[in-house]
Amino acid sequence: MTPLLKVENLSIRLPEGADREFAISNVNYDLLPGEILCVVGESGSGKSMTANAIMGLLPATIEVNRGTIIFDGYDLVSLEERRARALRGNRISMIFQEPMTALNPLMRIADQISEVFLIHTDMTSKERETRTLALLEDVGLPDPEKMMRAYPHQLSGGQRQRVMIAMALALEPSVLIADEPTTALDVTTQAQILKLIKDLQKKHNTAVMFITHDFGVVAEIADRVVVMEKGIMVEIGSRDEVLNNPQHSYTQKLIAAVPPLTAPERISHKQSDRTPVLSVNNLYKTFSTGGSWFRKGRVVKAVDNVSFDLYRGETLGLVGESGSGKSTVSRCVVRLLDSDSGEIVLGGSPIQLLKGRDLAPFRKRIQMVFQDPYGSLNPRKTIGQIIADGPIAQGMSPKDAMAKAVELLELVELPAAALDRYPHEFSGGQRQRVGIARALAHDPEVLVADEAISALDVSVQAQILDLIETLKKRLNLAVLFVVHDLRVAAQVCDRVIVMQRGKIVESGNTRQVFVSPNHAYTKSLIASIPGAHWRSGKDAKPPIPQEVVA
Amino acid sequence: MSIKILLYIAGRAVKGLLVLLVIAVFNFFLIRAAPGDPAQVMAGEAGATDEVFLQQLREQFGLDQPLYYQLWVYINNMLHFDMGITYRQQMPVFDLIMDRMPATLLLTGAAFVLSLLLGVLAGVVAAAKHRKWPDSAITVAALVFYATPLFWLAMMASLLFSVYLDWLPSFGMQTVGEDFAGWDKVRDIGIHLVLPAATLGLFFTAVYARMTRTSMIETSRLDFVKTAKAKGMKPSRVLYRHVLRNALLPVVTLAGLQAGQLIGGAVLTETVFAWPGIGRLMFDALFQRDYNLLLGVFFISSAMVVLFNLITDVIYCVVDPRIEL
Amino acid sequence: MNIIKTLSQNKVAMVGFAVLVMLILVAVLGPYVYEGTPWKMVQRPFIPPFENSSYLLGTDILGRDVLAGLIYGTRISLLVSFVSTVIALLIGIPLGAYAGYFGGWVDEVLMRFTEIFQTVPSFALAIVLVAIFEPSVYSITGAIALVSWPPVARLVRGEFLRLRNQEYVLAAKLNGQSNRNIILKEILPNSLSPIIVLASLMVATAILLESSLAFLGLGDPEIMSWGYMIGSSRTVIRQAWWLSFIPGVAIAVTVLALNLLGEGLNDALNPKLSGKRES
Repeated sequence: MTPLLKVENLSIRLPEGADREFAISNVNYDLLPGEILCVVGESGSGKSMTANAIMGLLPATIEVNRGTIIFDGYDLVSLEERRARALRGNRISMIFQEPMTALNPLMRIADQISEVFLIHTDMTSKERETRTLALLEDVGLPDPEKMMRAYPHQLSGGQRQRVMIAMALALEPSVLIADEPTTALDVTTQAQILKLIKDLQKKHNTAVMFITHDFGVVAEIADRVVVMEKGIMVEIGSRDEVLNNPQHSYTQKLIAAVPPLTAPERISHKQSDRTPVLSVNNLYKTFSTGGSWFRKGRVVKAVDNVSFDLYRGETLGLVGESGSGKSTVSRCVVRLLDSDSGEIVLGGSPIQLLKGRDLAPFRKRIQMVFQDPYGSLNPRKTIGQIIADGPIAQGMSPKDAMAKAVELLELVELPAAALDRYPHEFSGGQRQRVGIARALAHDPEVLVADEAISALDVSVQAQILDLIETLKKRLNLAVLFVVHDLRVAAQVCDRVIVMQRGKIVESGNTRQVFVSPNHAYTKSLIASIPGAHWRSGKDAKPPIPQEVVA
Repeated sequence: MSIKILLYIAGRAVKGLLVLLVIAVFNFFLIRAAPGDPAQVMAGEAGATDEVFLQQLREQFGLDQPLYYQLWVYINNMLHFDMGITYRQQMPVFDLIMDRMPATLLLTGAAFVLSLLLGVLAGVVAAAKHRKWPDSAITVAALVFYATPLFWLAMMASLLFSVYLDWLPSFGMQTVGEDFAGWDKVRDIGIHLVLPAATLGLFFTAVYARMTRTSMIETSRLDFVKTAKAKGMKPSRVLYRHVLRNALLPVVTLAGLQAGQLIGGAVLTETVFAWPGIGRLMFDALFQRDYNLLLGVFFISSAMVVLFNLITDVIYCVVDPRIEL
Repeated sequence: MNIIKTLSQNKVAMVGFAVLVMLILVAVLGPYVYEGTPWKMVQRPFIPPFENSSYLLGTDILGRDVLAGLIYGTRISLLVSFVSTVIALLIGIPLGAYAGYFGGWVDEVLMRFTEIFQTVPSFALAIVLVAIFEPSVYSITGAIALVSWPPVARLVRGEFLRLRNQEYVLAAKLNGQSNRNIILKEILPNSLSPIIVLASLMVATAILLESSLAFLGLGDPEIMSWGYMIGSSRTVIRQAWWLSFIPGVAIAVTVLALNLLGEGLNDALNPKLSGKRES
């Protein structure tokens, strides 16, 4: 088969002062008609660079250094801008990662889509309208007539991504580039969007270049796979070859780090004869938004009658999609948010109403590890200060607190030299270790991990999960693990609670919930996990590669 | 929908009225905080020696009554647009201000429109030619005008265009001694308007130009602009159809906020060009130490700003569909 | 530090900085060079600049030395603008910090209060205040401070609103840190850069305000200032244009220097707009 698009010896130079000279160097691959080619890599691998070069969307400071991108006999690298524009959005189109920001907030949906016709065709306005309506129907948007007149802010993330897809496929391009189009979406929405892309791709025989970091997504939709590492293409092959028999060590490492979906058998704790360290009973929390003098705001029940117990030495997973209330529960539990009603009992004492001085002694018994490795450390404090601040606030002398910080750094496998350095000198994974050390500085009984690994690359995720698991055993911690990624939940949680719209819909032993879910929502969640069929049989946890600690 | 808008406007108007109430109370206490007898303070330089007039003031404002009663009288008077009488002109303060209002509205309105159009245009050009010479030229010009004192610019402009070149009148609103009517009158006022409006407008042109440029550059880095480029749209069209409207939203907000400054600037411009508006009135009141008139002008100009902000709010919720009413 | 390095590479900002340093030197050392008072009549009036070597910039309507006036004017301009900016920061920062950090009704009350000050036409308010409390260095500085703080409060509030939900701030709460500690040690240091930039621009605005007040005759009658020099020679602009021209240039140069420095600081501290983006 003659390739539609041929990337040859492509090198893209980064501006001076970047961490490496080339964003990508010497990349070669083809895109065949009607195939889905997945370009996989971690952040910083340069996986989006080629796509941006194809679309002429490289920032002004970055330029193609060498190589060609041949499409339809033209070299897109050297093609005259006017003629390249005629191809963009017409023969080659693109959808992006962030559906929330990818649409113009001030323009109606119909206008944004029909703009494509306006640019590339001489359709009349009537024709444009008809075609736009048909497109909105094609991508499965409800009430297309109404959608035409809607503004982006009135649509959900998934709906906006559908609009983007409609826009991209408006002129039935031969190539569709999808740059992490489902990364910002919830798992059930992701499943729908992936299915939509695949269906439309089949229907129109479009070639799709799909950029992703998620091997589950690769397993779900790819025909062929390209693996990128630090700007270099390390592996290319068919999906089954790459996924089941990876050749390059980097690919092997990445795939090994993907948690298998099957929850391992765990020794069940005899909970009946133990007292829970944390009990949450009938917790409620509502948020009201946008009220003013003249009208009532919307009221959202973020937490709706939630109860659970947490025991020492176990990991309890709180899973659900965005808006399920799982994070709100965790924030109420650590008393960052005040709950409306219900009881939070920590070590036998109700803490839901305590304030200020009365709350302080309980603060150290329940600590939190946060999501964002960049936002969770004060950029103007040294690592030592960050860790020692807590014990000092609780009355420890600064000298002892610093000594403790050194011990904690060792515990989280960071060198003592980190003490006097600032957060920006560390990688995401290392910062997350600092965050854990900070939480442990209080010798807590309960550790709440709020999406603590979601912002990390998959190989780093595995290391942090491993660290938390080790620490849990060593310190006999009770861990409340808030997580949207079901693969992770399956691997690390002893028990899980599934939440939807503020309510608990299902809870129980992890393996049991994953093998035979009862509630329809749990079933749909599990069914939506991309690449569920892949690696589901492997029970053994793969060996975790060690991050080199600087 | 329309009821929602009306309710919204009503809410805003109530807020504005509350602001004015606070300003009125503030004015009331300011008079009492000034050194000397409040009646004399109010009467101004000229009236302070006229015992009859002082007595009249004392009665009108209940100055021999307890403070809370005085406040009540004062607020009540304000509600009836009664701000007392100026001694020199022997005219109610409110009438005097309203008499001068059209001239100020004409001046500030012209300056506002001019500076907004020119400023946005300059900002757009600078952003479109980011890091090229037109950008540098506009940025430098904006910086210079932003740094130049308004009153000085006004004086230099009148020196150049009236004294040396003799192109434009530098004084007043109409030619003294002529009694134009119809179009001739419009033309005459127009000619007189050029210098005051241009000098008042230039500073704000600089403000809007800088703001528009920054806003355009920031907006052009947003994701939806990438989407527009990926559609194969011409850069100029991306700028016009997608960047501009989004970039103008913060400029609208700023324009509303600047209304107050525009009136402040009018005091200086009207003083330099002897433009018969409320700014000039304020200067005269200063000169004659007629504090009642001074505070009257201050109150009315605050009221104008409140009104202006209200208009901006309404415009904003028409332009931005995300504003939920 | 990094910021100083970035700033020192910005030539335009460095020019602004150099001019500012020079002006400060003039303000501090000037009175030692030109002893006595700038109000003294030293020669016949209306000597044009560069004509009499001992009065380089000539004399004004009353035969006072223009250069001496200019030098003393530098003092008052810089003094009033710096002090009023510091006062405005002292009002605006705590107000904005409390509003942004605590939110809820505290925010509501403080912001309504700020809104009133922001609605009032600031120059008109300054005029009224100075007029009623009699023109003096204190009333002028106070009035300028009083009309300049609302933008500070709004900026600081915005920064605090943005930063108070940053995870490191939440972590500090979980540590049991006091609100005071969180405000002063966690949030404020991270919101300083935009405050510094704003402050440099506020000094510039304050200079314009001070000179405008003096121009209208609301300057301290004891102190020679640029605005007064322009205002007092307004009536003789046809005969002696340079008398208004020269102090105006002084104002423009000073304000421009401050703005350039502010722009440079902005580029160095908030690299968002400087064009150097991460890939």
